[in-house]
Amino acid sequence: MKRDWIPLLLIPLLGVAAFPLVGSPASWVTLTVAGLAMGLMIFVMASGLTLTFGLMDVLNFGHGAFIAVGAFVAATVMLALGAWMQADSIWLNLAAFLPAILAAMVVSGALGLVFERVIVQPVYGQHLKQILVTTGGLIVAEQLLKLVWGPDQITLARPTALRGAFLIGDIAIEKYRLLAVVIGLLVFAALALTLSRTRIGLLIRAGVENGEMVEALGYRIRRLFVGVFVVGSALAGLGGAMWGLYQETVTAGIGAQVIVLVFIVIIIGGLGSVGGCFVGALLVGLTANYIGFLAPKVALGSNILLMALILLWRPQGLYPVAKR
Amino acid sequence: MLRALLSDDLPRSRWLAIVLLVILLGLAFAPFLFPGAKSLNVAAKICVFIVLAASFDLLLGYTGIVSFAHTMFFGIGAYGVAIALTRLGAGWDSVALGVAGGLALAIVLAALIGLFSLRVRTIFFAMITLAVASAFLILASQLSDLTGGEDGLNYRLPLALRASFRPFDGVNGRVLDYYLVYVVSLALVLMLLRIVNSPFGSVLMAIRENPFRAEAIGYRTVVYRTLASCIAAATAALAGALLALWSSQTNPDTTLSFDIMVDILLMVVIGGMGTMYGAAIGAVLLVLAQNYLQALVGDRWLLWLGVAFILCVYFFPTGIVGRLRRR
Repeated sequence: MKRDWIPLLLIPLLGVAAFPLVGSPASWVTLTVAGLAMGLMIFVMASGLTLTFGLMDVLNFGHGAFIAVGAFVAATVMLALGAWMQADSIWLNLAAFLPAILAAMVVSGALGLVFERVIVQPVYGQHLKQILVTTGGLIVAEQLLKLVWGPDQITLARPTALRGAFLIGDIAIEKYRLLAVVIGLLVFAALALTLSRTRIGLLIRAGVENGEMVEALGYRIRRLFVGVFVVGSALAGLGGAMWGLYQETVTAGIGAQVIVLVFIVIIIGGLGSVGGCFVGALLVGLTANYIGFLAPKVALGSNILLMALILLWRPQGLYPVAKR
Repeated sequence: MLRALLSDDLPRSRWLAIVLLVILLGLAFAPFLFPGAKSLNVAAKICVFIVLAASFDLLLGYTGIVSFAHTMFFGIGAYGVAIALTRLGAGWDSVALGVAGGLALAIVLAALIGLFSLRVRTIFFAMITLAVASAFLILASQLSDLTGGEDGLNYRLPLALRASFRPFDGVNGRVLDYYLVYVVSLALVLMLLRIVNSPFGSVLMAIRENPFRAEAIGYRTVVYRTLASCIAAATAALAGALLALWSSQTNPDTTLSFDIMVDILLMVVIGGMGTMYGAAIGAVLLVLAQNYLQALVGDRWLLWLGVAFILCVYFFPTGIVGRLRRR
């Protein structure tokens, strides 16, 4: 199969184009790292959504609920382990951070399972009802969040080891952003390897391409889909936890806040394509940071503009999935 | 006469007819039946939201597309009037200019979004409208020179609509303002009723039922969907203008926020998709619930409405009106 490299080239192109506009190399590096970190966090949240769409033609407007739940669960665990978070040892910090994101993933994944069973399952194949019902699920979930955690925002301090920045010359790189880049790349690598090297990945890719054929060969695509949905929800929870720590506050509206970026990313990438989602997320993250630096007032508008430009160029997104 | 007025779309159920009559008359005599500033405010809100929900139903119930940008058009209409009244003074000419400007912007934006995203797939439309609407919300709160930012705008209404204006005993400018809102709302709802019962409306329903077939018969679905989206946007903008003329203040929370979008969705789905009457009943229920139910059920009433919403989509896709008509 011929690889399509052009969309991938957009990322360095964008970086190079922004360089003369930003001016100083130090701010450029800072902005680029920030953009990559933001993009990768969005990618973590968006990957599950785009896969469930590709596999079962299900678009979950309630995806934001998993992001919010992840953020709240992680915040609760981290606040409970507050002493370890504030300790001056990286190992104690990690001992608080890792359980927090694990708990976020487990709870979000479990919620995803319930959501799939109760909300999504009865409306397969009906787009209108899917949009309505999953939006209804989002309304209910948001209210439940307020019921459990109260309506106020939670302030969250980063663990000691992740505060501050590395200084290389006059270039400052925030430690937490570096961690976000590492986690995001790990998730991408894990997803890419699973999809391209394992049997389950093969089935998922085949299912995205032609679900009926996979079923005719005797595989239960339904079960596969539930698995993908749960993993996608867990990843949304992970992304939400990371995002909450990135913003250092968690509110019930966090899901609604991020879901817009997530949608833009999966539209740009081409609905159903993980690779496209990755490229789209990085483009969105970088654009948001460069424009946020150059012209703060139009930062969110810039993402819409980016989406419009890419859709003018490729109306189905960067990597259209063949079937649809 | 009645048939012509309702465009031959009669309630077709005794109970539905009674409910609608109660709403119509209750709103018509609201200033005298329920005196007091709060209840008049609720009645005016009900009128505005009936128009807003009915115009959303044109998209959701009749054409089968979901837009999350409906509050954006509502807000454009409201800000059009608000900005004109703030900048140009409290006269009817500035109201006319504001309404015209808001309408034009709403229609152009709706056409652009429609042509851009309805061409590919309708699910794109839902996502893109969500993105555009949230960008617009941020834009409105950032451009504080023009829109007053988060606080919004406070402005003076034309003289005839102020509380201090008393043409004769027992009637003041607020009552006149209410009847302005009432009459325009009624006219807009009847207009929407006319549209959905016209040949154009039949094409929209055909597209909802089976877009491929509609295309095959020779109707360009993109054009029809975009037109429906433009009409809905224009009507929503007019509803927004009415709200601005009623409340003499316009801010992002009351016109643009996502909460209002959720309210409209709840109204249309619980009231009954694909029936203008359903939108009216849903709007009455929800505005009453917001203003009076909070005291009875507490803060979490939205939770129960959300559950009711999901149950409606599953079990009663035609909502309350469908139930009433089945008897």
